[in-house]
Amino acid sequence: MSASSAFNDEKGGSSSVGEPEYGHDPASGGIFSSDYKRHDDLKEMLDSNKDSLKLEAMKRIVAMIARGKNASDLFPAVVKNVACKNIEVKKLVYVYLVRYAEEQQDLALLSISTFQRGLKDPNQLIRASALRVLSSIRVTIIVPIMMLAIKEAASDMSPYVRKTAAHAIPKLYSLDPEQKDQLIEVIEKLLADKTTLVAGSVVMAFEEVCPERIDLIHKNYRKLCNLLIDVEEWGQVVIINMLTRYARTQFLNPNINESLLEEGGGGEKTFYGSDEDEDDDDEDDKEKKAEAATLAKRKPYVMDPDHRLLLRNTKPLLQSRNAAVVMAVAQLYFHLAPKAEIGVIAKALVRLLRSHSEVQYVVLQNVATMTIKRRGMFEPYLKSFYIRSTDPTQIKVLKLEVLTNLANETNISTILREFQTYIKSMDKDFVAATIQAIGRCATNIGEVRDTCLNGLVQLLSNRDELVVAESVVVIKKLLQMQPEKHSDIIKHMAKLTDNIQVPMARASILWLIGEYCEHVPKIAPDVLRKMAKSFTNEEDIVKLQIINLSAKLYLTNSKQTKLLTQYVLNLAKYDQNYDIRDRARFIRQLIVPTEKSGALSKYAKKLFLALKPAPVLESPFKDRDHFQLGSLSHLLNAKAGGYQELPDWPEAAPDPSVRNVEVKESVPEWTKCSSREKRKEKKVEKPFYSDSEGESGPTESADSELDSASGSESGSGSEESGSGSESDESEEGSESEQESEEDKEEDKKKKKKELKKPVRESESEQSSEEEEETKREKKSKQRKSDSESESDEEEESESESSQSESEDSESEAEVKKKKKAADSKPPPKPVKTENKKEKKEMSLLDLDDFEPSPSPQVTPVNTFMSNSLVTDLEGLSLSDSVLSSATITPSSASKSYELLHRITGEGLSVEYCFSRQPFSPDGNMVAVQVQFNNSAASETKNLHMEDVKLQCGMRVKEFPEIELLPAGEAATAVMGIDFCDSTQAANFQLCTHTKKFFVSIQPPVGELMRPVFLTENEFKKEQGQLMGMNEITERLTLDAKCRNEHTIVQRVTTAANLSRVPCGSDKECRFAGRTVTSGSLVLVSVVTKEEGAAQLTVNCEKMVIGTMLVKDILLALTQ
Amino acid sequence: MIHSLFLVNASGDIFLEKHWKSVVSRSVCDYFFEAQERATEPENVPPVIPTPHHYLISVLRHRIYFVAVIQSEVPPLFVIEFLHRVVDTFQDYFGVCTEAAIKDNVVVVYELLEEMLDNGFPLATESNILKELIKPPTILRTMVNTITGSTNVGEQLPTGQLSVVPWRRTGVKYTNNEAYFDVVEEIDAIIDKSGSTITAEIQGVIDACVKLTGMPDLTLSFMNPRLLDDVSFHPCVRFKRWEAERILSFIPPDGNFRLLSYHVSSQNLVAIPVYVKHNISFREGSSQGRFDLTLGPKQTMGKAVESVLVSSQLPRGVLNANLNPSQGTYTFDPVTKMLTWDVGKINPQKLPSLKGTMSLQAGASKPDENPTINIQLKIQQMAISGLKVNRLDMYGEKYKPFKGIKYMTKAGKFQVRT
Repeated sequence: MSASSAFNDEKGGSSSVGEPEYGHDPASGGIFSSDYKRHDDLKEMLDSNKDSLKLEAMKRIVAMIARGKNASDLFPAVVKNVACKNIEVKKLVYVYLVRYAEEQQDLALLSISTFQRGLKDPNQLIRASALRVLSSIRVTIIVPIMMLAIKEAASDMSPYVRKTAAHAIPKLYSLDPEQKDQLIEVIEKLLADKTTLVAGSVVMAFEEVCPERIDLIHKNYRKLCNLLIDVEEWGQVVIINMLTRYARTQFLNPNINESLLEEGGGGEKTFYGSDEDEDDDDEDDKEKKAEAATLAKRKPYVMDPDHRLLLRNTKPLLQSRNAAVVMAVAQLYFHLAPKAEIGVIAKALVRLLRSHSEVQYVVLQNVATMTIKRRGMFEPYLKSFYIRSTDPTQIKVLKLEVLTNLANETNISTILREFQTYIKSMDKDFVAATIQAIGRCATNIGEVRDTCLNGLVQLLSNRDELVVAESVVVIKKLLQMQPEKHSDIIKHMAKLTDNIQVPMARASILWLIGEYCEHVPKIAPDVLRKMAKSFTNEEDIVKLQIINLSAKLYLTNSKQTKLLTQYVLNLAKYDQNYDIRDRARFIRQLIVPTEKSGALSKYAKKLFLALKPAPVLESPFKDRDHFQLGSLSHLLNAKAGGYQELPDWPEAAPDPSVRNVEVKESVPEWTKCSSREKRKEKKVEKPFYSDSEGESGPTESADSELDSASGSESGSGSEESGSGSESDESEEGSESEQESEEDKEEDKKKKKKELKKPVRESESEQSSEEEEETKREKKSKQRKSDSESESDEEEESESESSQSESEDSESEAEVKKKKKAADSKPPPKPVKTENKKEKKEMSLLDLDDFEPSPSPQVTPVNTFMSNSLVTDLEGLSLSDSVLSSATITPSSASKSYELLHRITGEGLSVEYCFSRQPFSPDGNMVAVQVQFNNSAASETKNLHMEDVKLQCGMRVKEFPEIELLPAGEAATAVMGIDFCDSTQAANFQLCTHTKKFFVSIQPPVGELMRPVFLTENEFKKEQGQLMGMNEITERLTLDAKCRNEHTIVQRVTTAANLSRVPCGSDKECRFAGRTVTSGSLVLVSVVTKEEGAAQLTVNCEKMVIGTMLVKDILLALTQ
Repeated sequence: MIHSLFLVNASGDIFLEKHWKSVVSRSVCDYFFEAQERATEPENVPPVIPTPHHYLISVLRHRIYFVAVIQSEVPPLFVIEFLHRVVDTFQDYFGVCTEAAIKDNVVVVYELLEEMLDNGFPLATESNILKELIKPPTILRTMVNTITGSTNVGEQLPTGQLSVVPWRRTGVKYTNNEAYFDVVEEIDAIIDKSGSTITAEIQGVIDACVKLTGMPDLTLSFMNPRLLDDVSFHPCVRFKRWEAERILSFIPPDGNFRLLSYHVSSQNLVAIPVYVKHNISFREGSSQGRFDLTLGPKQTMGKAVESVLVSSQLPRGVLNANLNPSQGTYTFDPVTKMLTWDVGKINPQKLPSLKGTMSLQAGASKPDENPTINIQLKIQQMAISGLKVNRLDMYGEKYKPFKGIKYMTKAGKFQVRT
């Protein structure tokens, strides 16, 4: 055997040299079969009982996967081991499963139940890894299961499991984007999590699933800022990037004054911009607004404390060892910090230049962009960008870019000296880049233009052609700026045409001579003569320039060049390249005067010798900062998939109080109902009351005012209580500082509100306030989190007093909290103390929120209970007459099966039926009633069972021996069998005193369950949890005799041992039961429609039982 | 985030692939090979390559390209930093990170990658946590495993995952408790032709090897902390304490780690430990060039300069070099034109020199570029910036640990232009 396997190995090896993937292709059958055989030994190893063999096999398989070989045909063999005890085998099976599950969806389903079990394991690592693998299996059919698992894990005790749940969210989202809404709910919940472990992962999920839902961040903003330093480094990167975007939408531009000065018209812009927000403005409003705008302009910018918090808490991370974190903070500062504070990032970024070359590459790209906007901050580090000969070329070029951007009047001489050494480098690409850099320095800094030009002209005598060519191109651009001065340089370059062969350089020289032929009147025709000679051997780009040159010369100096031009044009006429032929034809028409030459030829000179604007040598990094720095899109200078645009600063800061309390999304609705008069009032008050506030909220919309006042109020309570638990020791200092800041702000607001109160007394306002309140109440009802709802007037005054009395403020705050909690808790609980009727109503209303606590009517019958008792209870609890009539004692309809035929049994016939009675000695067994009939002439003795052969896990309780069965007599006995929820037969021998008969009992699937009683709500709830793969739906046409409810119920209960569940509609019949051994729920519902059409739904955790049950019930209903 | 990872060796073979989301065909690497072909030097392959449907982000370490495939926006440094972390982890586990080592340990590699990323997002990158999850392969453990049937895979959630100090595992025990710190400084400098310093700066690191029982809390203070201009810390260092008192206070990870890297403020003048006298010239018209190089100690504060290694990339026109070193050995690679001279220790009484001729391609014009000289050196027992550790204290545990501090100065990117 070993020899043959070796042979196969060899063959397989040779086939794998080519493309192992071909193993898939049935066309290449030979390879396929050898591949197949080659894996036989692996399969054998996997099937063995020894863990070590399995492990060895799995290791070889994983090695195959790693090499990219196809191991998919092993799927069935591997998936069997998913429940293996050995943890390493298990892990490797997971690796395999995740890799191939997408290809073999059906087989992958076999493993699901293992993971579902794993999800309930007491060990958090196992729970987490089960969720990880379950969510990594890309099989669409298990989406509901994944959803359920994620939801459950999101409220797990272990933060590690919650973290895994956060990781699973984007997986599910990519598998089925339609789950988005539900996933957002989970994200919202996890965002509120207070552990650092979860924070990074959930923000990552947020960024992948719903980056546009910035409103979810509000209430978590401060928490995220404060946790940031303790989050693991990868999470920090994601959070910082997200917060950058958040801050851009929520705070004002800290450099607004500066940009106002720069742009001049900025003030007007805000004025008009804010005008657009208003639908209907009258003149009064406008005037007041203008006033406010000018006021705002005069006032110094005051940073929102939350904005400050972000900047303060990210700054220490510049010291991180992780380059990605440093970069993230750097970009945050670049985009968000006031100009004066940005400097701090330069040092950290320069430090990164010591890291690996890939890191340098990315950092330099970003530095290059930053240096254009803010040159000053990198100037002190100029020398750090000096180039070493050992740098890779791409790094050299980027450093050059930075150096060029940093060049100014003061440092240009040192930079040029550096450039001089670079030009001598061996790396020619780098030299070319240096020459371009010199060109750019020369254009940007007027004083050194001549020096640069001279230097470049010297380079024209360089031995390396590339260097010369590059210089020519750059010189051309420089000369264009001031051609008059430099006719000698043009002459020098004209001489070069003899030597330079690089087409771009030749073309550039020709263009220069043509353009400035008036400065070199003697040389130009001579150059054209030389060029005409070599015309046919030139490159296309040079040819075009020769035609251009001849045309320009013809127009300025037609005496000398007429014939040459004609010659060149004739040559061009028969050129191979159509561009050149076209150009020649077009130019001939334009410049050579003929009788019918059009009006254009008069203007030929103007056309050709118009003054051309000098080119602007720009950095390729200009304007790249509209991409968020540090992003992939910035690096590529193109929008990458999934890139989130960095929003512009808002004109006016949105309501800052949203971060204090629970999110308030009701603002837009509110705007509608608020009257315009009230707005007017606001406008009048505004400049008057808000002057002390600075600009933190100068143009807060009218409607948010109310929120902010009450909001910040109640928020302070939560902040105080929350900060203690959240912050770690090191943070405390800053925390308290922030708090005091907030307190101040609060006080101000409070005063403001007090002052305002008398003004606002109109009826409409009151009502709208009430509306708002009720609305919010509803909202808080939906939310489970226990943070405060808005505070009412009374509380406000109370809290104010509490704040002034510092001693007992704590206790009072507690009281306040309790009170608030009482107010904000979802109504069902507080109402509990009141009458019960209401409670019932509530429970009916929000079904999903209600916990599976015992319902007021009947406790669910989970424990084993006699059938009749169930029916009794059913009758008791439900007065519904239809139902009670429909309850049938199923045992009457029990069908008997033959165990032993009269003839084979030599006169002894045995039948059995499933009595559907509980088997008293063991609740997990199915009771089987056995009926013996002795039709033989003689009596039978010692009837008993022997040699029971069972599948593993099954058990049998034998019936007591029947000592004597006289002829013609009958006897019954009851035995119990635990079928382990499978329809496998129990085999045994039936012995009499003389004979032994081999018999077997096989249960129909319907007998493997026992009825349970559920209420309608419970049924619905359970059904909701058994979705997806656990649900099987089948359409059917009902048998003609079976179109009324009664018969349906009868037939279903005959087919399966289930009990009826009450149901409101008469179109639907519901049944429930539990499997006898494992107690898994079995839910059946039959919905009838017109003309006998019906839909059968079976929900069962055990998929096999579900499928079989569907078949049986289907059969029962259609025949 | 990270979709897949391909490992490509120097000859352009993909020898390992791993996918975290759905499988990406390895043909995506063709774009990488294209870029690799275009780049003349291996290190010139752009780290980020856009392809029609994916983006390839790669790092080159130990002559292996680690190519990550990503599909949508992600900070490139995030991926690059992670890839480097992967390489560091491999090195940590297998001692070396070579193709052979990876191939030999492919299963461990796979298990590691599986733990390090979940759905393309980093899960556990801290070496201490990983080592609890997957034990590094050692010969002894392999033997024990084959006999007892135990596995390399941990069954419990690493304690670090949940604690506030994820970098340290609980229940560490040593019989000899010791904590060693190496202060290593590197001088980066560019010296121009005339011997004047164009730019020079000092970068330093403090590497630690801490083997202490329990949960020790250490503080390390310096005599002259003002020297440190820009620092970056291991996450274990308490930043607030540093800000306020300039004291490093931390609960150390177990084993080897880099505690701190720093930059010495540029106000301080940097002492250049060696000088180079050079005369490298080519004459027009002759196929000979002169090469003359002498090294001497400059500002070494009385310490010996050791392990000196001089290397220089000679111009392409140079066919061969016929040189005579006064000490040490030299090699010249006629293919890469790389000249290396292993000098050893500089003796101030008898300065080492390397003299001789270079032969050029006959008829070729004289190369107009001059080679730069790269110098590596070591000075023991001294930190060139003058940084000194004041004291190391331990709190939280009862025993007396053995403490040790070592200083060393090295040349970093030390170049002399000629």
